[in-house]
Amino acid sequence: MRTSLACAVATILFAAPAFAQPASHVPPGEEAVDPYAVSDANAGAAPVGGQELFAAFHGHEGISRIVDDLVEQVQKDPRLTEIFKASDFVRLRRTLKEQFCYILNGGCSYTGRDMKSVHADHGVITAEFNALVELLQAAMAREGVAFSAQNRLLAKLAPMKRETVTR
Amino acid sequence: MSRLGAACLALVMWTPLAAHAQEDAPARDIETGGKLKLTRGISTIEGQGGGGLTPWALITGNETDRGVGGAAHVTAVELPDYTFLSYGVALGLFDRVELSYTRQEFDTRDVGAALGLGRGFTFGQDVWGAKMRVIGDAIYDQDTWLPQVAIGANWKKNDQGAVVSAVGGTDDQGWETYATATKILLDSSLLLNGTLRWTNANQTGLLGYGGNLNDDHELMGEFSAGWLLSPDLVVGAEYRMKPDNLAIANEDDWVDIYAAWAINHQVTLTGAYVDLGSIATFDNQRGVYLSLQAGF
Ligand code: HEM
Repeated sequence: MRTSLACAVATILFAAPAFAQPASHVPPGEEAVDPYAVSDANAGAAPVGGQELFAAFHGHEGISRIVDDLVEQVQKDPRLTEIFKASDFVRLRRTLKEQFCYILNGGCSYTGRDMKSVHADHGVITAEFNALVELLQAAMAREGVAFSAQNRLLAKLAPMKRETVTR
Repeated sequence: MSRLGAACLALVMWTPLAAHAQEDAPARDIETGGKLKLTRGISTIEGQGGGGLTPWALITGNETDRGVGGAAHVTAVELPDYTFLSYGVALGLFDRVELSYTRQEFDTRDVGAALGLGRGFTFGQDVWGAKMRVIGDAIYDQDTWLPQVAIGANWKKNDQGAVVSAVGGTDDQGWETYATATKILLDSSLLLNGTLRWTNANQTGLLGYGGNLNDDHELMGEFSAGWLLSPDLVVGAEYRMKPDNLAIANEDDWVDIYAAWAINHQVTLTGAYVDLGSIATFDNQRGVYLSLQAGF
């Protein structure tokens, strides 16, 4: 008991201010990932101000529908199927919903990995980034999100091209 | 307008080729396609990727940093006293460099007869252009104010040297250089562009280069704005300052309002209402601009 408490304290001290996510904490249906420091900063963008944009996306339910739609489409789009072939879609859906909700100022925390390390090995090119943007635009349109509101989210995601596109 | 017919035919024949090139892309070393719709711009009357009257810093063609692309255009402007036509092709290399050739024709219709040139007298010129993107990214750099900046140059050669000197123009050929900056403010669904052009062209060179009032190159400002309404539709306005080098006629700045519609990744259709002011003493040249651009 005393040892485990000491271990916990040591972990917190060494990993502070962020703390390592224990590998044993795998949400149901997801595959385990290597431990990493959990932080909202991993989302790659600061949240927008105000509540209107979150409302324009129809809140948690709207974001959830958009991400489910997007993740379904990336598996069908011939430009992207190869890249997402080995993906953990349960985890991807969860972390994307958290990320969008966090950026849209919906009061969520982002618990996924940072954009640079998670995309480092996928060799994504600009054309694939744009393909994903098109699928996201279509998903947002199907949800009935106004184009101007869509663009406010895209404005937050666009600079992430620098971290996600590697060749 | 048999020339317009030929240009349209060339454009239509180009389109399936272009579409085919895109489908073949994955198998090739040099890739084609990949840009978001409308982000290659339309083709200016001088052949650059941009708006209709003024270039943007965006590079033509659907290619990304890994490939090549291109665009062909036909543009017609029907004015009270004149008909303007331009058609041309442009190549985009690695979303970095743009090379273009455009042919401009300016039919003077009845004015030709009034000026003693003959009815339907047509000024023509060839425009060879090169543009290079130097810094910034108009689309992805949404977290900074830095625009995408490109520099470019055009070499222009007018067909009607004798008439050009008769109206007081100095040269029948000339060059101009420009710097252009484009910023897309996605947050507010706006595109803003500013261009500085160093030129002595009279009516873009259709009336020659330099004249009896002024021979020197001067700096002209050109501005455009676009409001993004959907992934396929942008509406906006442009303003282009022009030199005024000829004693016989005032030359006015140009203004237009436009709507550009990307029918798909290959074809963009643009309509505009233009006010080209006074041209060769005939005032109030306001009319309709229509442009078809096909690219890959
Ligand atoms: C702004 C653009 C992007 C954002 C916001 C984004 C977001 C995310 C997120 C949140 C994750 C999961 C993180 C985690 O598991 O901890 C992820 C993983 C991934 N993303 Fe992206 N991504 C973007 C662009 C792209 C692009 C353009 C591609 C490829 C076309 C791509 C392919 C992948 C793949 C393959 C994974 C890994 C999935 C897995 O291994 O289970 N991403 N992305």
